[in-house]
Amino acid sequence: MERIIETQNLRFSYVSAEGVSPVVLDGVNLEITAGSFVAVLGHNGSGKSTLAKHMNAILLPTGGRVYVDGTDTAEEERLLDIRRTVGMVFQNPDNQIVASVVEEDVAFAPENLGIPPEEIRRRVDDALKAVGMYEYREHAPHLLSGGQKQRVAIAGVLAMAPRCIVLDEPTAMLDPVGRREVLETIKTLNRTSGVTVVLITHHMDEAAQADRLVVMSRGRVVADGPPKRVFTNVEALKSVGLTVPETVELCWELRQEGLDLPLDALSDEECAQALFRLLTEEGDAR
Amino acid sequence: MALRDITLGQYFPGHTIIHRLDPRTKLLCTVLYIVSLFLAGGAAGYAVLFLVLAACTAVAKIRPAALLRGMRPILFIIVLTAVLNMFYTPGTVLWQWKFLRLTQEGIWTAFFMVLRVSFLISSTFLLTYTTSPLVLTDGLERLLSPLKRLHVPVHELTMIMSIALRFIPTLIEETDKIMSAQKARGADFDSGNLFQKAKALVPLLVPLFISAFRRADELAVAMECRCYHGGEGRTRLRQLRFQGADAAALVLFCALAVGVWALGRLGL
Repeated sequence: MERIIETQNLRFSYVSAEGVSPVVLDGVNLEITAGSFVAVLGHNGSGKSTLAKHMNAILLPTGGRVYVDGTDTAEEERLLDIRRTVGMVFQNPDNQIVASVVEEDVAFAPENLGIPPEEIRRRVDDALKAVGMYEYREHAPHLLSGGQKQRVAIAGVLAMAPRCIVLDEPTAMLDPVGRREVLETIKTLNRTSGVTVVLITHHMDEAAQADRLVVMSRGRVVADGPPKRVFTNVEALKSVGLTVPETVELCWELRQEGLDLPLDALSDEECAQALFRLLTEEGDAR
Repeated sequence: MALRDITLGQYFPGHTIIHRLDPRTKLLCTVLYIVSLFLAGGAAGYAVLFLVLAACTAVAKIRPAALLRGMRPILFIIVLTAVLNMFYTPGTVLWQWKFLRLTQEGIWTAFFMVLRVSFLISSTFLLTYTTSPLVLTDGLERLLSPLKRLHVPVHELTMIMSIALRFIPTLIEETDKIMSAQKARGADFDSGNLFQKAKALVPLLVPLFISAFRRADELAVAMECRCYHGGEGRTRLRQLRFQGADAAALVLFCALAVGVWALGRLGL
């Protein structure tokens, strides 16, 4: 499998004024396969945002290496190539929209890359259609809802035709409707266009929808695997200050009471089914 | 809330011929119009200028109310200049009380002054209402590009301008939010004399500035993520092209300036 992003023993510490440099990333080894949907989960200060910023050379490692599509991010002359390969979407949509009209904002990245106007037009239209905001192409961004703005921001990154998109808590400032819109957009992009998605989040239910879940704590990767497997390790997650999805929590609590329930019920339906099965089996046994 | 009235830099998307004109044409026409305003000498000149403004507003399908709303924040300045002109222009005295002397010439000067200032404001508003900030700054950048030879950072300056315009509504929204939060905790922005009012603004401005700096920082990173590296090698979604309509508009506004100047010379 082709690796789009690879970190080798990545270490990072901010240099503070006092000379004391708190270690933010403490030896992260991560390989992200092209086309996958990876969620990075961790509480505040776990280093997950710092890790994200290393994926397109916004930050450079103070130790170890990061490779994007085989290129070392420390190679300054390849900076634009790295950034057009890995696009980044941030938390606050207001602070990443540059222009006063939606389509002009989406055109910003291809304009910077010196792409010819007809091609920019095509990319802008495609990107806006991909996030379902084509009808709003002539609107002013500040009149859109949070979820719509964030989708415009995603389109702005898509217009670079990146192979990978890193989203740093893209739903943190959105209402439930906006969150759902953005998450659906991300999933569709991953499934239909094959764009690699790295979703940084602290929402368990969002993380549960990825193919692969990486849990971070204190600058280290503490768990890595399919969400179903990672979430079954309830005690380990709790020990690093994270909770598990409510469905898993329910099953786990019931298990503590001696009931036989699986821990990999991530969706409401799965959980309901498991409970139903348990109840009917008990009924049969009697 | 008065903040909502600030329509500076607002853009009303549309597809009228005025919206479609090249931004450079619109910029030059606005400059020509403003020059004409200062060349106008009498009622006939102002009448012509008013008709041109009204025609442009109608063609661009901008509601006159929107133009008037833009004028509200500077109403005070307009009234003040009008009053000063009325009483301080020498001429035939109509009415006198102590040192106040209302003259016939003063009334005319004040009247034309009000027209001049409001036409000036309206014409610039018409420009920003019908041209998206990015296109406008793009036009400005092209117009000023000869200055690049003199090492004037034209691209950077126009980029700063377009981002400033883009963030006006965002920052207004934020100011509203901070004001509400402060009011909820008992802050009083409306009473007291001018000095007290100004003092009440300090707790508003400090958080606003802090947040503006944070925004600037985040925006810079987001722009870098989208491969922004200055003006070199940039292309544009919309290529600027002079067309027939642009030539016609420029000729018309040149004619307007000359015509108004001629009318002025004739004392009309």
